[in-house]
Amino acid sequence: MEIVGQLQKQYVDFINSLFREGYLDDQYVQLQKLQDDSNPEFVVEVVSIFFEDSEKLLNDLASSIQQQVVDFKKVDGYVHQFKGSSSSVGAQRVKNACVAFRNFCEEKNLDGCSRFLNLVKQEFYLVKNKLETLLRLEQQILQAGGTVPLIE
Amino acid sequence: MDACHCIEPQWPADELLMKYQYISDFFIALAYFSIPLELVYFVKKSAVFPYRWVLVQFGSFIVLCGATHLISLWTFTMHSRTVAVVMTTAKILTAVVSCATALMLVHIIPDLLSVKKRELYLKKKAAQLDREMGLIRTQEETGRYVRMLTHEIRSTLDRHTILKTTLIELGRTLALEECALWMPTHTGLELQLSYTLRHQYPMGFIVPIQLPVINQVFSSNRAVKISSSSPVARLRPAGKYTTGEVVAVRVPLLHLSNFQINDWPELMTKRYALMVLVLPSDSARQWHVHELELVEVVADQVAVALSHAAILEESMRARDLLMEQNVALDLARREAETAVRAHNDFLAVMNHEMRTPVHAIIALSSLLQETKLTPEQRLMVETILRSSSLLATLINDVLDLSRLKDGSFKLDIRTLSLHVLFWEALNLIRPIASVKKLFVTLSFSSDMPEHAIGDEKRLMQVLLNIVGNAVKFTRVGSISISASVAKSESLRDPRAPGFFPVPSDNHFYLHVQVKDTGSGINPQEIPNLFTKFAQSQSSGTKNSSGSGLGLAISKRFVNLMEGHIWIESEGLGKGSTAIFVVKLGIPGRSHESILPFVPKVPENRVPTKFLGLKVVLMDENGVGRMVTKGILMHLGCEVLTVSSGDECLRVLIHEHKVVFLDVSLPSIDSYELSVRIHEKFSQHFSRPFIVALMGNRDKLMTENCLRAGMDGVVPKPVSVEKMRSALSELLEHGLLLDS
Repeated sequence: MEIVGQLQKQYVDFINSLFREGYLDDQYVQLQKLQDDSNPEFVVEVVSIFFEDSEKLLNDLASSIQQQVVDFKKVDGYVHQFKGSSSSVGAQRVKNACVAFRNFCEEKNLDGCSRFLNLVKQEFYLVKNKLETLLRLEQQILQAGGTVPLIE
Repeated sequence: MDACHCIEPQWPADELLMKYQYISDFFIALAYFSIPLELVYFVKKSAVFPYRWVLVQFGSFIVLCGATHLISLWTFTMHSRTVAVVMTTAKILTAVVSCATALMLVHIIPDLLSVKKRELYLKKKAAQLDREMGLIRTQEETGRYVRMLTHEIRSTLDRHTILKTTLIELGRTLALEECALWMPTHTGLELQLSYTLRHQYPMGFIVPIQLPVINQVFSSNRAVKISSSSPVARLRPAGKYTTGEVVAVRVPLLHLSNFQINDWPELMTKRYALMVLVLPSDSARQWHVHELELVEVVADQVAVALSHAAILEESMRARDLLMEQNVALDLARREAETAVRAHNDFLAVMNHEMRTPVHAIIALSSLLQETKLTPEQRLMVETILRSSSLLATLINDVLDLSRLKDGSFKLDIRTLSLHVLFWEALNLIRPIASVKKLFVTLSFSSDMPEHAIGDEKRLMQVLLNIVGNAVKFTRVGSISISASVAKSESLRDPRAPGFFPVPSDNHFYLHVQVKDTGSGINPQEIPNLFTKFAQSQSSGTKNSSGSGLGLAISKRFVNLMEGHIWIESEGLGKGSTAIFVVKLGIPGRSHESILPFVPKVPENRVPTKFLGLKVVLMDENGVGRMVTKGILMHLGCEVLTVSSGDECLRVLIHEHKVVFLDVSLPSIDSYELSVRIHEKFSQHFSRPFIVALMGNRDKLMTENCLRAGMDGVVPKPVSVEKMRSALSELLEHGLLLDS
């Protein structure tokens, strides 16, 4: 059982660091609350969909920015979507980056937009990494027979 | 043949005499017989004749006399004894009757005489009555003239028409040669000829008011005969040397204030006009009493009519003035409304426009902080972050203040923990205080409750503002914060005599005192402290970066919480004490007066009241959709998800109790969707609740949603608690209010 304890401690430290560093916010906790016996894989499902959607969105963003004539409204729409999904999942830094990105879209600043696209992409991959780690830890705990500690 | 003249008497010598006697006796008898007949005939004709009895007597007397004379016809000749006897009887009877009649006449003749007297008297009386009748008739006619005149005068409310009509009618009624009206001038020292009957344009003669003749007229309310040579009577141009009799009467010019109930106007008026009436010179007419009376009455009526006209003029003028003022006020009001609307529009726009870039700056700066930076760059970034945070606070403050000012601000009443509030505030200032090496102490009174009901955020804001000021303006020393439940005596501030807090069962007054040993405040500056943007002149220090709004906003919040805030200081360098008292609710009692959105006690994990509740969720965003669906299913609802407006309409049936629409998506017009949902269910007696899921809290958007027929708004990202309370609220009250 020590492994469980260790794993749990590791998990708690890790998730706390994620909160502290602003990668995740309270919304993630909400998601965790929704996971219960009737819905044991809720968080995983949501996060997976988030990853899928986001990849697609990033591709769309990249292609629309590379056009000859950039349709900023369309770009803004994509960013808006991205903002929505990241805030639903609790990916705070991604959301903040999207907020800033939208300003450049409003100003029709192509340079800013392309730079921010990179930033958003970066943040996304960062948070994806972290979330995957987190979920892996959860799996390990469950496999070791323990329960995932809930953070309030 | 010869008639039998057997009784032919012997004609003695004086047979002529005899003959004449004979004839006379005959005629006498005839007359004597005919007189009563005539009498009877005529008396029969006239019905009124007293003394019939006398008539009978007289008649019989005459008849008997006649009979006597008749019988004596026979006595001229030889006559038999029968005739003598008859004659004697007749004579005796006659004697009796005539004596009786004579006796009777003694009684009767005085009566008859008095009848005559009475008759004379009655005739006189009749003549007198006739005269009086004539007089009354004239008076009645006069009265009729006066009434008609009055009617003419009073039928108009125009002063000039009144006066002109008076003169014309008087002239006509009394057949005057000239009639004129002298009005007093503004100075009151002269009379000016204002209206005449014959001339359309009077010459404007002026006569001083102190003439004896004028005084004579003014001192009496009767019409006075004046000499035709007096200045007021000289109305015709020179040429006519003789004019008829002239009469003058005063016309009181009443002021409005003279209409007291128990005072007669004579006592109050000071101004008179003079009306002069001239009889035609070629008639020998004199002024009759009834004509004078007519003139007096008319003069009075004119006075009344003039005052009515004056009142009307006055009221018309007042009314015109009021109308003008009304129009001006209306214009001003509309201008003010436009200004307010412009102000509100400006604020609404600035609200969004100002916040977005500032938030972007803050977000980016915080992101920047996470990257690798040189120490200089880090310093710069920190400064940017601090400044932009300050800017954000300032913008929020300004917008808060505007909202506070136009009264659209509402407190967010919740249960809060007082202890937690104070400790959090303390924790926030502890770093700065420790840097400045200041001691900070916090103390609670023993009777302070753990929890209270109030606006936590704003209370914290006030507390932080006060404590922050204390820390800012204290260079060395200590800051002590003490909180207690206020007692009545300690609540009075000499500077706010109107503040009388009354604790009740449901509320108590929280008394907070923050005392510092800082730079103090000049007592004369204290009233200005709470005025926005007014900075104290003597603050001097360069780092006094008070925005000037903090105290003003705090004061407004405290006022909204039905409290009072004030600052005491003994002077510069002697520290200051800030005290505020606010009204908070006591938890656990009934609170109907508080805003209805009070979060209920969290229920157990599987709320049964939502079990099986059929809802539809529309969200284009896959992740968002999934999360919201998860929350709703967690609460027990049966969720049907759609990703477009058309799909939503297709799928929606009346068994669905709630429809959730994500309104942050630009591609779907949620307002139109809401309207179409209304239409779809207009025939049914119930329709599903429509709830908007909104990403950014936007007052304008919320209003638009509600106007489009939605029942409520829930902010995104959704939390379980929020959704739970939203659903409870919706199902219980049918309406979701802003939280």
